[in-house]
Amino acid sequence: MHSEPAVQIAGLVKRYGDKSAVDGLDLTIATNAITAVLGPNGAGKTTTIETCEGYRRPDAGTVRVLGLDPVAQNAALRPRIGVMLQSGGVYAGARAVEMLRHTARLHAHPLDVDDLVERLGLGSCGRTTYRRLSGGQQQRLALAMAVVGRPELVFLDEPTAGLDPQARRATWELVRDLRRDGVTVVVTTHHMDEAEQLADRVAIVDRGRVIADGTTEELCRGGAEDSLRFDGPPGLDLGPLLKELPEGATATETAPGSYRVEAPVDPRLLATVTGWCAASGILPERLSVQRRSLEDVFLDLTGRELRS
Amino acid sequence: MSERSEGTINTVATDYSPKPGAAPVGRMLLAQTAFETRMLLRNGEQLLLTVVIPTVLLVLFSAVDIVAVEGPGKRVDFLAPGLLALAVMSTAFTGQAIATGFERRYGVLKRLGASPLPRWALLTAKTGCVLVTEALQVALLSVIALALGWSPQGDFLSVVALLVLGTAAFSGLGLLMAGTLKAEATLAGANLVFILLLLAGGVIVPLSRFPDAVRSVLELLPISALSDGLRSVLQHGAGVPWSDLGILAGWSVLGLAAAARFFRWE
Repeated sequence: MHSEPAVQIAGLVKRYGDKSAVDGLDLTIATNAITAVLGPNGAGKTTTIETCEGYRRPDAGTVRVLGLDPVAQNAALRPRIGVMLQSGGVYAGARAVEMLRHTARLHAHPLDVDDLVERLGLGSCGRTTYRRLSGGQQQRLALAMAVVGRPELVFLDEPTAGLDPQARRATWELVRDLRRDGVTVVVTTHHMDEAEQLADRVAIVDRGRVIADGTTEELCRGGAEDSLRFDGPPGLDLGPLLKELPEGATATETAPGSYRVEAPVDPRLLATVTGWCAASGILPERLSVQRRSLEDVFLDLTGRELRS
Repeated sequence: MSERSEGTINTVATDYSPKPGAAPVGRMLLAQTAFETRMLLRNGEQLLLTVVIPTVLLVLFSAVDIVAVEGPGKRVDFLAPGLLALAVMSTAFTGQAIATGFERRYGVLKRLGASPLPRWALLTAKTGCVLVTEALQVALLSVIALALGWSPQGDFLSVVALLVLGTAAFSGLGLLMAGTLKAEATLAGANLVFILLLLAGGVIVPLSRFPDAVRSVLELLPISALSDGLRSVLQHGAGVPWSDLGILAGWSVLGLAAAARFFRWE
């Protein structure tokens, strides 16, 4: 049963007027993993997710979620998924804990509400009504509501937008715990670091299509952006180092005392450079490696910045 | 159910392993009705509309000779049926339209659409919430009216039939408004309609005060049918007010059908 993908999308098209929000999108999402759907604002992420949740009827293509048609078999699907909308979803006059408790009552085997409240720091919201909660508290409540029914599959639409770093980390930890216990998580984001750190697999979406799909490792492999930098005494002779580096690598002094080696970054490269430093009696300072990021992948594929 | 034992509260991690399932539908219905009612009773503006205004009008106009009442009995015998009609309109139409409009605006209806709660159950819960509120209003207004010397006539079942059909008619119209207009437009519109119908629907001003041509149109309004029907039973002790029930049934069918057809959840 677990061999079947959690989500299968083939040739999805969704138009609003004559504008295509999603334009022939194909995506398969594996179970028991965290998949990030990454793309700039307006790429079609939310439309895709909301089609999976049964809110939108595809104009073309097929969507199967847990083997079900999200529109035609909506009633069977709903109890099995957890949904966090990009915003809202809570009665303006409801208190956080009360809303969560109510959501739990709609499910047969909900999580312990008090545990979840403590876990996400919602206890301090007390008697404050939803409209007076901070943006971060509202986000955390929406996250709690998405998971309280013990779903198999959770869709989180920009779950950390507007969160401070601490709340963001708490969200990531909860998402990782969900995966640990066998929940499939789909998260949309336009933060490449979120996708890199959180997700097992990343689907990069642009202009309504998936333009790249794989593990972060696969997506970032190769590319010209890999580099290693260090500081040392100015005017070093880099000739001997170059001989030890793999073919195609370059080593330059970008400013007096600042060096940059461009080559695929792996442990061997680091050993080569530090070995050369040791042999030359140099202590490399501020040694840092930079690998190709998803941002670079996106730039390569589209010629545009991710956060434009 | 919890796996943790005392003393190990923070050391055993919560188990998030999937165990999905909808609660039994009866439990969901009950929970949703109770929750909606709690939200309504907490809302100050709603209480003003549903409790304060009808009560103040009843007490004020019973005590002070401002409006010209007609028919047999005391002033309160004319006013009480009209204000019962107003109570139904304030809850089933104005209150429900505004609350639902903002729930739609804030994504509450959308989010509930992804929960195990079926849509019909959500609407049933809303109806339940309206009926609970109306029962409280009718009880409160009746006690006050009786204290003011009200002596209701007629048969109880006709009154219940009028209240139920009135609720259906106003709910359909309220949901139609909430499901098609912007929340702000619903807020303004529902309040405006409330005031207009309060003045021109036979609630406190007898329809006989209006010119005949206007009156024959006003008589077809749901609020007029409801206040006229309640008055004919409670003040005049008349039998089943079939024509008023017919008008309310017509509005119910029209309003609910249009709401079912045009309601947009987001």
